[in-house]
Amino acid sequence: MLHTFVAYVEDKPGVLTRVASLFRRLNINIVSLTVGHSERPGQSRMTIVADAPSNAGGQAGDRIRASMYKLDDVVEVDDIGRSPSVTRELALIKVAATAANRSHIFELVEVFRARIVDLAPDSLMIEITGVESKIEGLIQVLNETEERVLEVCRSGKMTMRRGKHSTGVLRAMGINGPEPPKPEAVQDNFADNI
Amino acid sequence: MTTPEENNAHLSNSITGPTRLTGAEIIWATLVGEGVDTVFGYPGGAILPAYDALRKFPIHHVLVRHEQGASHMADGYARASGKVGVAIATSGPGATNLVTGIATAMLDSIPMVCITGQVSSKVLGSDAFQEVDITGITLPVTKHNFLVTRPEDIAPAIRSAFQIAKSGRPGPVLVDITKDAQQASATFDFAAAKPRPYNPHPMLSVVDSGLKDAAALIRASKRPVILAGHGIMQSNAGEQVRTLAERMQIPVGTTLLGLGSFPASHPLNLGMMGMHGESWVNDSIQQADLLIACGMRFDDRVIGTPATYALNAKKIHIDIDPAEINKNVKADVALVGDLRQVLEQLLPLLPGRDGSAWLNQIAASKGDAAVRDIKNLPDSGHLYAAHVMHDLWRITEGRAIVATDVGQHQMWQAQYYRHDHPRTLITSGGLGTMGFALPAAIGAKFASPDREVWCIAGDGGFQMTACELATIVQEKLNVNIAIINNGYLGMVRQWQEFFYDKNYESTPLVSPDFVKLADAHGIPGLAVRDRGDLEAAVQTARGHQGPFLLNFLVEQEDSVYPMIPAGAALHEMIRRPGSNASHNPLLERPEDQ
Ligand SMILES: Cc1cc2nc3c(=O)[nH]c(=O)nc-3n(C[C@H](O)[C@H](O)[C@H](O)COP(=O)(O)OP(=O)(O)OC[C@H]3O[C@@H](n4cnc5c(N)ncnc54)[C@H](O)[C@@H]3O)c2cc1C
Ligand SMILES: Cc1ncc(C[n+]2csc(CCOP(=O)(O)OP(=O)(O)O)c2C)c(N)n1
Ligand SMILES: [Mg+2]
Repeated sequence: MLHTFVAYVEDKPGVLTRVASLFRRLNINIVSLTVGHSERPGQSRMTIVADAPSNAGGQAGDRIRASMYKLDDVVEVDDIGRSPSVTRELALIKVAATAANRSHIFELVEVFRARIVDLAPDSLMIEITGVESKIEGLIQVLNETEERVLEVCRSGKMTMRRGKHSTGVLRAMGINGPEPPKPEAVQDNFADNI
Repeated sequence: MTTPEENNAHLSNSITGPTRLTGAEIIWATLVGEGVDTVFGYPGGAILPAYDALRKFPIHHVLVRHEQGASHMADGYARASGKVGVAIATSGPGATNLVTGIATAMLDSIPMVCITGQVSSKVLGSDAFQEVDITGITLPVTKHNFLVTRPEDIAPAIRSAFQIAKSGRPGPVLVDITKDAQQASATFDFAAAKPRPYNPHPMLSVVDSGLKDAAALIRASKRPVILAGHGIMQSNAGEQVRTLAERMQIPVGTTLLGLGSFPASHPLNLGMMGMHGESWVNDSIQQADLLIACGMRFDDRVIGTPATYALNAKKIHIDIDPAEINKNVKADVALVGDLRQVLEQLLPLLPGRDGSAWLNQIAASKGDAAVRDIKNLPDSGHLYAAHVMHDLWRITEGRAIVATDVGQHQMWQAQYYRHDHPRTLITSGGLGTMGFALPAAIGAKFASPDREVWCIAGDGGFQMTACELATIVQEKLNVNIAIINNGYLGMVRQWQEFFYDKNYESTPLVSPDFVKLADAHGIPGLAVRDRGDLEAAVQTARGHQGPFLLNFLVEQEDSVYPMIPAGAALHEMIRRPGSNASHNPLLERPEDQ
């Protein structure tokens, strides 16, 4: 089962290793990991998507989060779970294309709301942002056409919780109501104070 | 001990405010500021500047014979005292030799600070002589670690290391300091190097509803059991646990590391749970309708298999580490926080209770299991390890600090030496590190110089760190050593007997004459073959001023009972052979049960 965590960590050498090493030690595969500066001075922001084995039970998210907090350089961890959030990934895709067959790719790029950011005599580069499925969709379509995909570079997911919207807005956005209720206290009385 | 004159010569006395010092001096000045008076270490090139500055500070350095000994001694010191133990080593092989001791401390949550020298920052990463990436190597076995390359960062790093080591769930921290940082100078300001205040884990919170739920479960339960763990010692909550047990009349089982946290002689004490715990303790857990886990982490040696563990019981799990909640056993109520504080909040909600029915039921279920013990070992005058433990307990009146190694003797110690007081059993539980006993006993003796200290080791494990005998002599330490000599790597032999068709591959063990080995160190010793000689030998050792070694030549193919085989449930344990006197425990096999 996939879990998405957003973590604020000290911007120091070795912190990425510590976080990555924790997942390795727990034998949990990191599906994607992005790091960059955050709005807080001296702290970086990570989005980590991890695939926890299903035998870890529904509590895997809590355990991973609790274990991350044990790292001295980790300041804050949010388990996004299924709460309303915006997720984006950026991909650069280089495709073999000549003047003769370029126009077909232009059409695809249009449909996927992507952009051409480089054009060479025998190749072109596409930039696309969106959710994972959108990026995978484009890659798949490209693969199914004549054009050869030469290179793919993906950023990995970046995730941010949505702001506090009224229920009406959420419904308009196609999201059901506010955050799903917390599991009952007996199961999980960790303070969710983040 | 230093004389007042010598003390005056100490540089540390002249440091009152910010002072210009070398990095090497800052290391010691910071340790003095943290209240350290004893460190365990071994010198080498990359830490030599620090050693050069040592004489200016009121710190006693114990020269070990192998750096593994240094980390186990710091660990033993911490376990006996509750304070942070300190080990020091040079770069490269010195640092890697510490690792087993660091991992041992990590698994048992022992507060420890290790300081290692590192090659100069200018050559870091160049495969310089004796360069290893020790912060990389110890990353998964430390609570945190630091690489320090500038003298001004030394004091803040060491002060943070102490804070991290002892706060929350304790653990080892390593500070790796480059040689040039030790040689250069900086302004030392102890007060300014104070780490930012310890923030309790953000997931740490005891919600009122949790307390109420826990109280309701306890009040409603008919068959409750308290599971007493190591965390009781670490939180200093022995009194609160005792109040809980006595007021609510709840029986108490302890983990290996929890032994001593609740008095063994207390009428509500059942004994040790788990793989080699007594059958009635494990049976009570399986029958219980409520388990109250106090500072214990449901280790796999304690629960058998999660799928079969205490299926009838609700679980209240009190632990300071949220990552332990729901790890091996699902908690119905989790109270995350310091045990003592949690119990202080919980106890007012618990007025009292009559627990006699359940207590009587347990007493009855003990049946002949309770007498299938030491008293039923064939009394041919022949020496069994159980005799040694039992008599040591009797003769020392259970007051000694006992450091054990790992193996059969460790389990017999746990079963037959009854610990009434906290911090009297020093043993490696989580990592099960052979070679632990002797150095850990040395560390414990430094922590409690006025206490009687015994090292109890197997013939195998003793040989892993026997070099520390010389340390005992150099330090003029009064540590008594009991070797439980069964001629085998006994615990492994037992597994081969039970599960590998008695194929005793690589477990018979040829050992030196341990009494002669002691003699070569100037330590007197005695070999003991018969039970009749046991008491006199122990008294000789106790009466001797200085270290003494007893080589107990015990029954060779004896096994530890009861035993939960790997993958079995608690109630499926291999029981102790029956009380039939003609029954030979040596021939006991699981199928016979
Ligand atoms: C050969 C061998 C056989 C063994 N057989 C057995 C056996 O039969 N039975 C047995 O019990 N063990 C056995 N063990 C030991 C076992 O492996 C574990 O080490 C032991 O069970 C752990 O005990 P614990 O959970 O009490 O302590 P720890 O592992 O030290 O855990 C302590 C817990 O307390 C928590 N804690 C710490 N401080 C606080 C605080 N201030 N407030 C609240 N909580 C706190 C920690 O977070 C942690 O979860 C054996 C080991 C060996 C080597
Ligand atoms: C460093 C290390 N290596 C191997 C083991 C595996 N092991 C556990 S118990 C044991 C046998 C210990 O033999 P001995 O010290 O003679 O004690 P006994 O069991 O005979 O009392 C071994 C090899 C271990 N725990 N630690
Ligand atoms: Mg042996």
